[in-house]
Amino acid sequence: MHPAYSVIFFTTTSGAGLGLLTLLGFLSAAGALPAHFGFGIAAFAIALGLLTFGLLSSTFHLGHPERAWRALTQWRSSWLAREGVFAVLVYPAVALFAFGWLAVGSNYGPWAVVGLLVAGLSMLTVVCTAMIYASLKTIHQWHNIWTPPAYITLSVMSGGVWLNALVEVFGLSNPYIAGWVAASIAGAWIARLFYWRFVDDTEAISTPETATGLRVYGKVRAVEGPHTVDSYLNREMGYTAARRHAARLRRVVHLAAFAVPLLLTMASVLWSNSWLAIATSLIVAPVASLGLLVERWLFFAEAKHTVNLYYGAEAA
Amino acid sequence: MTSLPAFPSGRRLGLVIDLDICVGCHACAVHCKEWNTGGHPAPLTDRDAYGPDPVGVWLNRIHTFEADEGEDVRTIHFPKSCLHCENADCVTVCPTGASYKREQDGIVLVNEDWCIGCKLCSWACPYGAREFDETEGVMKKCTLCIDRIYNENMQEVDRLPSCVVTCPAGARHFGDLGDPRSAVSQLVAARGGFDLMPELGYKPTNKYLPPRPRKTRARDIGAPRRLVPAGNAERLLAKWMDRIFTR
Repeated sequence: MHPAYSVIFFTTTSGAGLGLLTLLGFLSAAGALPAHFGFGIAAFAIALGLLTFGLLSSTFHLGHPERAWRALTQWRSSWLAREGVFAVLVYPAVALFAFGWLAVGSNYGPWAVVGLLVAGLSMLTVVCTAMIYASLKTIHQWHNIWTPPAYITLSVMSGGVWLNALVEVFGLSNPYIAGWVAASIAGAWIARLFYWRFVDDTEAISTPETATGLRVYGKVRAVEGPHTVDSYLNREMGYTAARRHAARLRRVVHLAAFAVPLLLTMASVLWSNSWLAIATSLIVAPVASLGLLVERWLFFAEAKHTVNLYYGAEAA
Repeated sequence: MTSLPAFPSGRRLGLVIDLDICVGCHACAVHCKEWNTGGHPAPLTDRDAYGPDPVGVWLNRIHTFEADEGEDVRTIHFPKSCLHCENADCVTVCPTGASYKREQDGIVLVNEDWCIGCKLCSWACPYGAREFDETEGVMKKCTLCIDRIYNENMQEVDRLPSCVVTCPAGARHFGDLGDPRSAVSQLVAARGGFDLMPELGYKPTNKYLPPRPRKTRARDIGAPRRLVPAGNAERLLAKWMDRIFTR
């Protein structure tokens, strides 16, 4: 599948924003985050900024962005519409949570319920994003049980590295928060490993023979395409990363998105509340985010659509 | 509504494509483009149409495949357009309600005034039936020539999809595949018509008829069992013709 930059930026930035909101709600309810005013302002600004930037960038790949409101109407059948509905519902919930945090000065007790509501709606939005991909029977690399866990853990993890940077900067760090962030990175890594194992070890059930129904005559191969130049189908669905190239990029993801952030986050527990902890957390957040951009690029570039079986692909 | 019809009428209009007959001339695709660029999904835009890198919207495309190797190799021309599936995921993934499947005849259409151009329906189609119109910013697809088959201003003989009326080989048939007594359903039953990618469960309406078994014996094609060597007169004639035409 063609890795459209607008969709890559949308899923990674809104994923990070929603992950950050989830952790803010969850850790507030757990009593691990004080309702610090400056920290609250910064955290909500970053989370809503990421989410809003992501949602706006998702409209850039639309043919008619001015009609985007229509995408909220078909929640009964469409995961994309459900994602839109939940993403819109996140905003009033966050507004209420931020009111309690910033104006009332509390994120505990009844306000923690609001926080958990924010976390729940954020996670539901991410689940819907994952299901958009996981529900497509046409793409074997997406239509499997590993896509939703990977999306959820990557979202929490990417919000987590930014949360860790924020609590270090505002001097609010505690091992509990760093521990949760490290756990989310480890969880995301494991989910991604299972996902990649599935992608490497399995193949789509559709073949050129089932696509054409010509198996009884022997092995089928495409000898002539419908047109001498590429069409929309080839440009949108025909993109595949070269295997060697993909392997190299996977190593980048292992290192930048998982190994380095996990080690440094665990290490920052040791030297917490020092300038070293601030420095490492501020390094980890952008490095992990870049790693996740590469990860999302690979998610698209390694996906093979069944339509390619009509254009000479031997497997999907 | 992008949910599938809760109470489908049972009428399932669609095409039956005979892979034994198709000669791969692309006439159906050309007529499709010609009709539909002025019809229901009009226009079907092109970019750089006469330049080095043309790209444009086509609702019908003809592939050519080879099956098997060596002496038994077969060439199969393979037209492909929207199959108007019973379980059309392209409809249910649509977030806006622009994609819909008609209750009365099962035809899958796009309301271009509602389409936001998110392209998700084209991702959900395993067959590559939907094509995005870059110029108009909306998705285009085969309408089964809805503006022909119900068009009372046309003579009844022309109330067929463009691809069907234009096929010079008679490889395309149109009819109600929901009615087991219809001509197309009987053709499918008689010839062993099949679905494309049945394993995905889309239940396409359009059916494909397999190439007939190859005739390998001389008498099956009316040829003499043994070739008789040419006589002297024929050989002289051949020599003389050869001399004339090689000059």
